Amino acid sequence: MKTFPIGGVHPSENKLSCGKAIEVLPLPDVVAIPLAQHIGAPAVAKVAKGDKVLTGQLIAEAGSFMSANIHSPVSGTVTAVDLVPNGQGIRQMMITIKREGDEWAEGIDRSETLVRECSLPASEIVAKIKDAGIVGMGGATFPTHVKLSVPPGKKAEALIINGVECEPYLTSDHRTMLEHGEELLVGVTILMKALDVKSAYVGIENNKPDAIAHLRKLAAQYPGVEIVPLTVKYPQGGEKQLIAAIMGRQVPPPPALPIDVGAVVCNASTTYAVYRAVQKNMPLIERVVTITGKGLKEPKNLLARMGTPIETLIAAAGGLPEDAGKVINGGPMMGRAMVNLASPVTKGCSGITVMSGRDAVRREASQCIKCAKCVAACPMGLEPYLLSKMTQKKGWETLEAQMITSCIECGCCQSTCPAYLPLLDWIRLGKQTVMGIIRQRAAAAAPKK
Amino acid sequence: MEVLLYTILTLCALGVLSAVILYFVAQKFRVEEDPRIDQVEKMLPGANCGGCGFAGCRGMADALVKNDDISALFCPVGGGDCMKAVASYLGKTAAEKGPQVATVRCGGTCEMRPRTNEYNGARSCAVASSLYVGETGCAFGCLGLGDCVVACAFGAIAVNPATGLAEVDPAKCTACGACVKACPKGIIELRKKWPKDRAVYVSCVSRDKGAVVMKACKVGCIGCGKCEKVCAFGAITVENNLAFIDSEKCKLCRKCVNECPTGAIRLVGMEPLPREPKVAPAAGAKPAGVAAPAPEAPKAE
Repeated sequence: MKTFPIGGVHPSENKLSCGKAIEVLPLPDVVAIPLAQHIGAPAVAKVAKGDKVLTGQLIAEAGSFMSANIHSPVSGTVTAVDLVPNGQGIRQMMITIKREGDEWAEGIDRSETLVRECSLPASEIVAKIKDAGIVGMGGATFPTHVKLSVPPGKKAEALIINGVECEPYLTSDHRTMLEHGEELLVGVTILMKALDVKSAYVGIENNKPDAIAHLRKLAAQYPGVEIVPLTVKYPQGGEKQLIAAIMGRQVPPPPALPIDVGAVVCNASTTYAVYRAVQKNMPLIERVVTITGKGLKEPKNLLARMGTPIETLIAAAGGLPEDAGKVINGGPMMGRAMVNLASPVTKGCSGITVMSGRDAVRREASQCIKCAKCVAACPMGLEPYLLSKMTQKKGWETLEAQMITSCIECGCCQSTCPAYLPLLDWIRLGKQTVMGIIRQRAAAAAPKK
Repeated sequence: MEVLLYTILTLCALGVLSAVILYFVAQKFRVEEDPRIDQVEKMLPGANCGGCGFAGCRGMADALVKNDDISALFCPVGGGDCMKAVASYLGKTAAEKGPQVATVRCGGTCEMRPRTNEYNGARSCAVASSLYVGETGCAFGCLGLGDCVVACAFGAIAVNPATGLAEVDPAKCTACGACVKACPKGIIELRKKWPKDRAVYVSCVSRDKGAVVMKACKVGCIGCGKCEKVCAFGAITVENNLAFIDSEKCKLCRKCVNECPTGAIRLVGMEPLPREPKVAPAAGAKPAGVAAPAPEAPKAE
């Protein structure tokens, strides 16, 4: 069975909610929609305070090519376009809408009937995906239409669908593959058409045998689509790791992208959203969010509208347990701890993990004993102990030479460190700083041309 | 014995030959350096703190000698006297700048600004502020993880465990500005240094709206603008819900201190003005006595 060659760890899976069917969460009374919930330029608000909006109506337009449209997830009145604290307490521009009923914009097909045939040409498919504001729903929130617009001189050879979901606890992609397998595969054929590729691989880790079996059975009717079971190893869901596992190719360091080795990777939930956008004109206004944690009464998978306050989801899962120590937006490896539970569900929010007291607290850090466990664990072949130390010493040139920008922030180093050093905390800071320096240098060099 | 003799002689000959070669090479490739650079370097404090913007005092001395106009260069550690001495030696005119002191503009102590969560990551303000808002409801205040303490080469700044805030020791502070650069929240400012470390400043940098500030902190600036109206010297401006006192314009009259509804304006080294402005200063012996050394516009240094 296939897997990626360098590094990786095996955290406890804790997929508590994998057997729970997706439940539809009742419509929220108030939603808050951040204008920057994707990589790239923030969207530009098209509505103002007091405006009436319909469900699925465009409320913010992509700010540039590298950006995404945003649609209203409910119908009602815009009450504010203002700075609101996000999950980390940081003030962000958000559109707040008070819900009134549930009236939908025209042209959206809300029925469950499967539409298999897609006769649109590639350019129109990409345009539809762009209009629907679809971004990578695995967490990275890279605008999907940008991935599909292959730059001239490059050629996509294969499409890879990411059904790995290697992050512990999370099960939203798993449930989507099980419950919307047929639609997902139609989505795959649509993406294949958009990219003009003949083969697609759906990578699924073999801790989800039901999803593998289900999709294998369905995939028989879809030529060119192959289901690839993978050995369980974190972070297999990382784009570059998945390409290495399935195609055996290494993506060069940034600014190279997967397309440079002929691959385009798309998350399973995103592929389902693509199906809905192209075949049903459904913009990205809702997503499956896993709400999970050992102390939680009822871990489950909820279909929630974007902008729903996260506390509503926690309440639906039985409320915050008494010993809750930390609430994480995402999974325990790559998620971000939250300080504001009133913050909304966004396009990249695949799960909410509630850690109980004992699991939530980090152990006290001691000294680095140069055991090099972090080096062995790093899936990018970096030297985390060095990157962390050099960030503390502000050695930005060394960090750039040591390829800190290649770090995917998966947290393998930190989880494997026997001294409990906060390696990733430092590396993230170093990466941000070095990327800032590179951007500045590029900006300074640009006018000379 | 002979072997030893020859060896010594050969080595001596080689040594003399190399010395001669090196002498001529040194003559040929000699770098003419202005001797004044050495002199100026001696006049500078020699702290090599980087506060002037150069890597060390040598770099600064080099720039002082080579540039005709040295008004943009200033050594914060040596101060005006040092710059004057250097300028008169070089026959140039130096920038006039009074002494300054680093000021931490946050009053959010543990009691005033309740903690809403506990930070568990790497002990660094830069790391914490890149991750999230901080341990309190205020997105602008001091994180208390001590990046400024690490940056200070003079041991002049420390985080007080009782308040959770960074505090500057004005006696040790040289105003080199290292802490200003290190603070990711931009809380520390270099302000004019008055005698006896007197100071009046807005001890808050929150640009949040008043209601949000009040919720997070009891001594935050809500941007009401009362201080701006009462200031007779035009030293106070309110922008983005935040008042700012220009330390070069402020005369320490202290009227704004009484006006501030939240107590965000801090007064150091002086008694506040009596609350009733109509009370004759002569009648109340105590306030008059303390107020005497600081009249409304003390110009004497």
